[in-house]
Amino acid sequence: MSIPTTNKQAEEIGKANKRKYMLERASQRVFLLCALLSVITLLLIIGFVFYKGAHPFVAEGYSFIDFIFGSDWVPSEDKFGIFPMIVASIYATIGALIIGVPIGLFTAIFLAEIASERLAKIISPAVQLLAGIPSVLYGVFGLAIIVPFLQDTFGLVKGQSLIAVILVLAIMMLPTIVTVAETAIRAVPQTYREGSLALGVSQIGTIFKVIVPAAKSGIMTAIVLGLGRAIGETMAVILVAGNSLIVPTSLTDSVRPLTTNIALEMGYAFGTHQEMLFATGIVLFSFILILNFVLAKISAKGGS
Amino acid sequence: MEQRKEASIINVRDLNLFYGEKQALFGVDLAIQEKEVTALIGPSGCGKSTFLRTLNRMNDLIDGVKITGDVVIDHENIYRSNDVIKLRTKVGMVFQKPNLFPMSIYDNVAYGPRMQGIKNKKELNIIVEDSLRSAAIWDEVKDRLKTSALGLSGGQQQRVCIARAIAMKPDIILMDEPTSALDPISTLKIEELITNMKKDYTIVIVTHNMQQAARISDKTAFFLNGEIVEYDDTDNIFSTPQDQRTEDYVTGRFG
Repeated sequence: MSIPTTNKQAEEIGKANKRKYMLERASQRVFLLCALLSVITLLLIIGFVFYKGAHPFVAEGYSFIDFIFGSDWVPSEDKFGIFPMIVASIYATIGALIIGVPIGLFTAIFLAEIASERLAKIISPAVQLLAGIPSVLYGVFGLAIIVPFLQDTFGLVKGQSLIAVILVLAIMMLPTIVTVAETAIRAVPQTYREGSLALGVSQIGTIFKVIVPAAKSGIMTAIVLGLGRAIGETMAVILVAGNSLIVPTSLTDSVRPLTTNIALEMGYAFGTHQEMLFATGIVLFSFILILNFVLAKISAKGGS
Repeated sequence: MEQRKEASIINVRDLNLFYGEKQALFGVDLAIQEKEVTALIGPSGCGKSTFLRTLNRMNDLIDGVKITGDVVIDHENIYRSNDVIKLRTKVGMVFQKPNLFPMSIYDNVAYGPRMQGIKNKKELNIIVEDSLRSAAIWDEVKDRLKTSALGLSGGQQQRVCIARAIAMKPDIILMDEPTSALDPISTLKIEELITNMKKDYTIVIVTHNMQQAARISDKTAFFLNGEIVEYDDTDNIFSTPQDQRTEDYVTGRFG
């Protein structure tokens, strides 16, 4: 029945198909537009941040070196140095990695290799839910629990400090590290496990000598993604950092990381001050770009 | 008869195995002789691989497996003792597909001994060379020991797998269809190797290939639906089987 028998029938089907083809082309365009939207947004953000942030150095004669390495940030006196903030951001991120990576990795190993299926089914969603908690709530948690705890334990005048930031960020990066690392470990072929166990190697030996090395690139990805989360985090950090403009020399010093600087002052800043905040954004953005570059390198290596 | 029992290194009595509710092995009795090649044959799903994996407790890795009966290896009931590590150093295994680790050839072979605590470089060098020689692969890989093992051909990889098992100096080597993923020439090499190895090791091999069983084994056990139908000298199994089902299988009427 579907085979056209007369010319008229053929024509009708041709018409119907024409509409179909038009619809096809139209929907393809809609999809393309949607896909382009994120690229356009990205370019707009980059363009805007760089345009505003570069202005004082290009047009107003400020030195970029002084901006990066200057240690005084006093907008009212026209002093814009973000060195203490860069140091604070780097310290906070590295500190969070030192605590978060082992805990996250061990959790991932436990879930993928050791825990019974039933236990993993309880813990895994809990870890994933941790990722969904709004970051301001992490800040509130830090402020209500970690900060007073630090004050009481170490006798600090003010509990908001570098170590408080590190602890909050370490918790916040856990879900990323655990989820990505767990996936990588589960992807290691069962035959590797069997091969090692059949040689009379213990489960823990098998995990650390065969499975973790085989999942290396996925685990590195997990770490870099966790790092990205830590360095860009703003809201939780504002609440527990203390926001002092000093180069931290101890874990209990109050600090102001890059993100916090932007969020705290953007509301009322104008003129050069505002542009300098955009410039802070450029520095932050560069960190993220470097991270993404590293990530791309790792994934490319893992693929081959 | 008494003397034969004395020489058997593996004694299995009334072995039942369950995957959850489903029973996969039914009252298996088997005595495997030292320094012989014993072949386990039978159609897919008959339980021969499952049985093989009870001998080094690899079934422990699967959730919900329950085992009753006795497996006595070298006078030790392996399901009473909980030293799985000791058992698996004594009973090595070679798998269906080569499963070398993503490391160098040397590191693959040295992996087991290293994990046993052997750190001395000279000692490791000797173990690696001896093992690769025993597995008839030394000449092919001696110039590339430090390169990735995954760059070798399938047949070479499987022989390195055998070397890796030999490096642990086991008494028994279990082989789970070791040639099913290989081409005919590689298969032939492995078969020659197995024949040479039996002067030093007791070998239990699962095979799909009846000609292979006939070529390399001293004894053959025919499995069907989780039971041993017949167990005898390989020659008898293939020339004068006692059970009609064995005859049907070895003459290719089913399976």
